[in-house]
Amino acid sequence: MSPHSRGTAQPEADMLPSQQPVRLIDENGSAAVGRTFKTSYALPTEQTLLRGYGQLVMGRRVNDQASALVRQGRMAVYPSSHGQEACQVAAAMCLADHDWLFPTYRDTVAVMARGVDPVQVMELLRGSWHGGYDPYEHNVATQSTPLATQLLHAVGVAHAAKLRGEDTVVVALCGDGASSEGDFHEALNFAAVFHVPVIFFVQNNEYAISVPLIHQSVAPSLAHKAIGYGMPGERVDGNDLAALLAVLDDAVRRARSGGGPSLIEAHTYRMQSHTNADDASRYRSDDEVRAWEPRDPLLRLRTYLSTAGLLTAAEEERIGAEAERVAAVLRDGLNVEVTVDPQDLFRFVYSEPTPQLLEQSDMLREELSREGATS
Amino acid sequence: MTTISASPTAADPSVQTPPAAAPAAAPATGLPAGPAAAKPQSLTFAKALNLAMSDAMEADDAVVVFGEDVGLLGGVFRITDGLTKRFGEERCFDTPLAESGIVGMAVGMAMNKMKPVVEMQFDAFAYPAFEQVVSHVAKMANRTKGKVRLPMVIRIPYAGGIGGVEHHCDSSEAYYVHTPGLTVLAPSTAADAYTMLRDAIACPDPVVFLEPKKLYFAKEEVDVDALRLRYADGTGAEATAVTSIGKAVIVREGSDATLIAYGPSVPTALAAAETAAEEGRSLQVIDVRSLVPFDDETVCAAVRRTGRAVVIAEAPGFASVAAEIVARVQERCFHSLASPVRRVTGFDIPYPAPKLEQQYLPGVDRILDVVDELQWEDK
Ligand SMILES: Cc1ncc(C[n+]2csc(CCOP(=O)(O)OP(=O)(O)O)c2C)c(N)n1
Ligand SMILES: [Mg+2]
Repeated sequence: MSPHSRGTAQPEADMLPSQQPVRLIDENGSAAVGRTFKTSYALPTEQTLLRGYGQLVMGRRVNDQASALVRQGRMAVYPSSHGQEACQVAAAMCLADHDWLFPTYRDTVAVMARGVDPVQVMELLRGSWHGGYDPYEHNVATQSTPLATQLLHAVGVAHAAKLRGEDTVVVALCGDGASSEGDFHEALNFAAVFHVPVIFFVQNNEYAISVPLIHQSVAPSLAHKAIGYGMPGERVDGNDLAALLAVLDDAVRRARSGGGPSLIEAHTYRMQSHTNADDASRYRSDDEVRAWEPRDPLLRLRTYLSTAGLLTAAEEERIGAEAERVAAVLRDGLNVEVTVDPQDLFRFVYSEPTPQLLEQSDMLREELSREGATS
Repeated sequence: MTTISASPTAADPSVQTPPAAAPAAAPATGLPAGPAAAKPQSLTFAKALNLAMSDAMEADDAVVVFGEDVGLLGGVFRITDGLTKRFGEERCFDTPLAESGIVGMAVGMAMNKMKPVVEMQFDAFAYPAFEQVVSHVAKMANRTKGKVRLPMVIRIPYAGGIGGVEHHCDSSEAYYVHTPGLTVLAPSTAADAYTMLRDAIACPDPVVFLEPKKLYFAKEEVDVDALRLRYADGTGAEATAVTSIGKAVIVREGSDATLIAYGPSVPTALAAAETAAEEGRSLQVIDVRSLVPFDDETVCAAVRRTGRAVVIAEAPGFASVAAEIVARVQERCFHSLASPVRRVTGFDIPYPAPKLEQQYLPGVDRILDVVDELQWEDK
């Protein structure tokens, strides 16, 4: 039997994104009105929103703590997702334990939200030679730096699961800039052709380092690219956690039940520089940044939950304390000097070191023992 | 359009004529089993690869084969002939035309308990996959401290001698051997084609498997059942214990000088040794087989016995595998050498058009000219 099928999906009815980005809670923290979407998305439960809010506060605290640790020289670099926390949290919350997440360098908060140890997550960014955490522990791939390459790995993991009859779903993250890469195209096409359960989740934060999206693509929407591959596309307000959860849950449900891949574009904004080494004032105005401040994802969910009487002062305090606790864990963890065994350089390149690597590791060992003897 | 039909020129004795376009009629398990088969039988390099894949797929459900035209067609060289028919489209399938996609998807499948064996259609068409190969295939184990190993094989029909048009004849091995984390193999016989592909599939690390396409249709007498025995227990334990990976072989004994070759150059080196023997000179021939890991021990022990060595390879010589072998031998065997180690390689030019490829390829005469220059007067 051929694994391929064009199915019965119709481009206009089943694949086109909504006419406007899906939004369930507006910038004032009120239930959004006046928009209709191609699917009638339901607001997540109060329980879910409250849990999500806790994660948002945690994510913001982690972002700001990590940036501070870079300034203090405790980390090499940190690409902050400040302003994009709703996307980060939703990407993790929509998955079951046996599902997979494929993050980029910017998605540290999503990785943590999936349960990975905070200090281990920072291993790569503090300058270690390895990715820190064990990808199989929480089914989170290492954070990928070569843009869009991880999207193909996501397709492979999903394809393998599908061949074995497992119901694993994979969320693959990338940025707006990465959508220009060839691997973005190849991954979406492969996913559609093999009809595998991958959700391509693009955080459109308007910039790729200094380059605005209009220089990457003059397409009026990235979400509409889905239709060119033969999969449903959707666009969503990337600062509205409720909308993100609703849209992602819908895509996850479809993927899990054999409905194949989706492309989701979240409209958000990178509030800070690309990394601490970047100076965003060289390519965008303060006014532009300031215009995004009222759209903050935390602010809006807090207002909504408070107005609805769901977020008590006690609850707010508990959430803040938990975020402080994790920030302290990060500080403590990163203030400890890591002891590195130079022999680790050779240990993992092959399952058995080659004769050449053994020679080189002997050479280094001897150099170090001589140094040790003279110092 | 694949171009294997141009008629090979006869100057190189190792050039084999490919068969007519129709795929071989034999089923994937084309060889008779049982005691009657327990004797050498005629086998092409291509068929040996095909058998290695079908045997590995039979032994292990995790082995899947994919690439461009590898399904119904059986690949442009028919190496995957019959696999889809026998194992179904889920185990051997065509992908969209995108090499980075093929290798990138293989990475993900290998992360998730599969053992993908992917085919790049031609050497020069593997380049779109280079970023995946260098940045992920090669580095995944290291950057995850060995937690994620990628048991995958990238098969690449490579090198020239078939009268192919441009982009169909590159010797691209240097790109791969220069990338730590990759195991790089280049067999030169049908027996090794079978054994080394089985070993590559059994290997826990990613393997770039270079298949000299001019040898695809070379016939050889091979005792296939004897080769299969090593993999019969199904666990791969025995295969791993005596793996061909990392082991060079001496394919012809000789006492005056050592010719060191791999892949498509091995038959040429053997032909040169044959001619030299007629002229009264005894040349030893080593088939390196495993470019990474490199078998310094076998190669250097052999060179120390003869005291002279010539390295032969099709690729341009500058910063090449041949250059690396010369350097290694020189560094390790200096006091046993009676003359500088020499190399005979392709010129430092893009692979030439069919009409001039015989001038480009290292041939018997060019090898023997260099052998003549090995300072015999000092003996
Ligand atoms: C293949 C590749 N080219 C260039 C880079 C350097 N680089 C790192 S991040 C980045 C911008 C990516 O922008 P986008 O995809 O929008 O993600 P964002 O950083 O905004 O989250 C660039 C050019 C890279 N990592 N990989
Ligand atoms: Mg961006």
